[in-house]
Amino acid sequence: MSTVELPTATVPREPKQGRGPLRLGRFVLPVYTWLVILYTVIPIVLMIVYSFNQAPSGRMTFQWLGFTTQWYQHVFQIPDLTNALVNSLIVAGSSSLISAIIGTPLAIALARYRYLGRNVTEGVIFTNIAAPSVVVGASLLSLFITLNLNRGLVTIIIAHVSFCIAFVAIVVRARIVGLDRSIEKAAYDLGATPWVAFQKVLLPLIMPGIIAGMLLAFAMSIDDFIITSFVAGQTLTFPLWVYGAVKVGIPPQVFVMGTLIFLIGVVLALVNVFMQRRRA
Amino acid sequence: MSSVRARIAPYLLSFPGWFWLGLFFLLPIITVLSVALQTGNPDTGYTFTWHWSEFSTVLSNYNGELVRSFIYGGISTLAAFVIAYPMAYWIAFHGGLHKSTYLFIILLPFFVSFVIRTLAWQFLLSDNGIVLGSLKSIGLLPQSTHVLSTPFAVIAGLTYNALPYMVLPLYVAIEKIDRRVVRAAGDLYASGVQAFFRVILPLSSAGIFAGFLLVFVTNVGDYVNASILGGPGTTMIGNVIQNSYLENLDYPTASALSSILMVLLLFVIWLYARVFGTEAVEEAVA
Repeated sequence: MSTVELPTATVPREPKQGRGPLRLGRFVLPVYTWLVILYTVIPIVLMIVYSFNQAPSGRMTFQWLGFTTQWYQHVFQIPDLTNALVNSLIVAGSSSLISAIIGTPLAIALARYRYLGRNVTEGVIFTNIAAPSVVVGASLLSLFITLNLNRGLVTIIIAHVSFCIAFVAIVVRARIVGLDRSIEKAAYDLGATPWVAFQKVLLPLIMPGIIAGMLLAFAMSIDDFIITSFVAGQTLTFPLWVYGAVKVGIPPQVFVMGTLIFLIGVVLALVNVFMQRRRA
Repeated sequence: MSSVRARIAPYLLSFPGWFWLGLFFLLPIITVLSVALQTGNPDTGYTFTWHWSEFSTVLSNYNGELVRSFIYGGISTLAAFVIAYPMAYWIAFHGGLHKSTYLFIILLPFFVSFVIRTLAWQFLLSDNGIVLGSLKSIGLLPQSTHVLSTPFAVIAGLTYNALPYMVLPLYVAIEKIDRRVVRAAGDLYASGVQAFFRVILPLSSAGIFAGFLLVFVTNVGDYVNASILGGPGTTMIGNVIQNSYLENLDYPTASALSSILMVLLLFVIWLYARVFGTEAVEEAVA
């Protein structure tokens, strides 16, 4: 779900001095919340800490053997793993771009027009978001087999776009619905053609939404395992490579890459939140 | 804008989306159903024979896995709800200026690959790992205790991975509750507990159902937790589908199974959309 837009999406309403009615809110619930947060971050902390663990055999162990930064110096030492990471980046980059190009007009149609088929479109988008990955992956594989399509990067990108469009459309639509329509009307009154009005007025205004949608799509694509596992053929993405290595032992580079992806993701999300705040 | 243009505009705008989703989302689902009705094997090819018996065959062969998936999915959804609700409540009502910060921390797992997160739990729960190893060495647990390969490990993994998906819709729903209604309950002499159960809980029901839908559907179809944290006794329907597609190349079985799963879950999704509408899920996304 949206990792980046939600905090700014809440509409300011009447001041929220009204606290909850439960007395637990003063002591028990904050302690509880922090315990759950602890539970949430334990695996993340483990990943980061163990990316600095020594591993003489080149495989991760749960014993702490001493601090080292050598895995950071040799992140790209395993060619297959590096290749898988590059594949993941290619797939995430292209599928977030394609789904933005397809999803944005869809969002405009849904937000600005009442038309026959609108409800069906809504229904398809909703089903697409709620549909279980196994079913989506398995049915795409069936289609590719029926069409005799060779599986690889292209089929992975096709699959990823088909689960990202809906998310981009919903995030962008939320942005459009919140816009003041009079700005666009003013453009028409001043003689702008629909294309000029779109390009000079609407597009810049909804850009933050499009960027947020693309970031969400990128994050979902780079993390997807189940759907990808069905449509990848012999091509490996980062999650597929890691999954394949579970049985033989995980090289420390996996945790290093995981940590780097995590840090980049967090920084991008914070930058995005900050930019949206400044524009708002 | 001319009126003709205004009338065709939404169709032009949504055409690329329709094209893509029609070709790569709706059509494949129909294809699966048709493959399930075909007979043959990978060498001789498949022919369409309206082979309904495939469905009863796989149902009798794999009903254990199917039932288990729905049980694991149900328990983990309920567990995620019980863990998430008090937290979502506290953040929405008492988070003050730091609401966004709390939410951001809870969403942090999204920035770590799903497979790596699950792998981290394998590390944590392994027999001599950080948790069990230390509990055993101070004598709190007998040496023979193990967690991995048990249903508990799989359900715990499913619950963990579901948590952010549950917290988000709950938080959005609770945050939207008009504080004046809550105050009114107090003015009418409702106790804190009464106000919670008779006002806040019902008013957040949209978020509750949205969270249940998202998590339940995801978890019933999951196979990563079962294969990394589970053992031979915890196989879920997702594992069977993945195996028959990718290892055994038994497409009719795989298609029949995914059709069954699809029909069951699409029914849940359809029922949900009918009764509650689609807003709560979409708000949680945006």
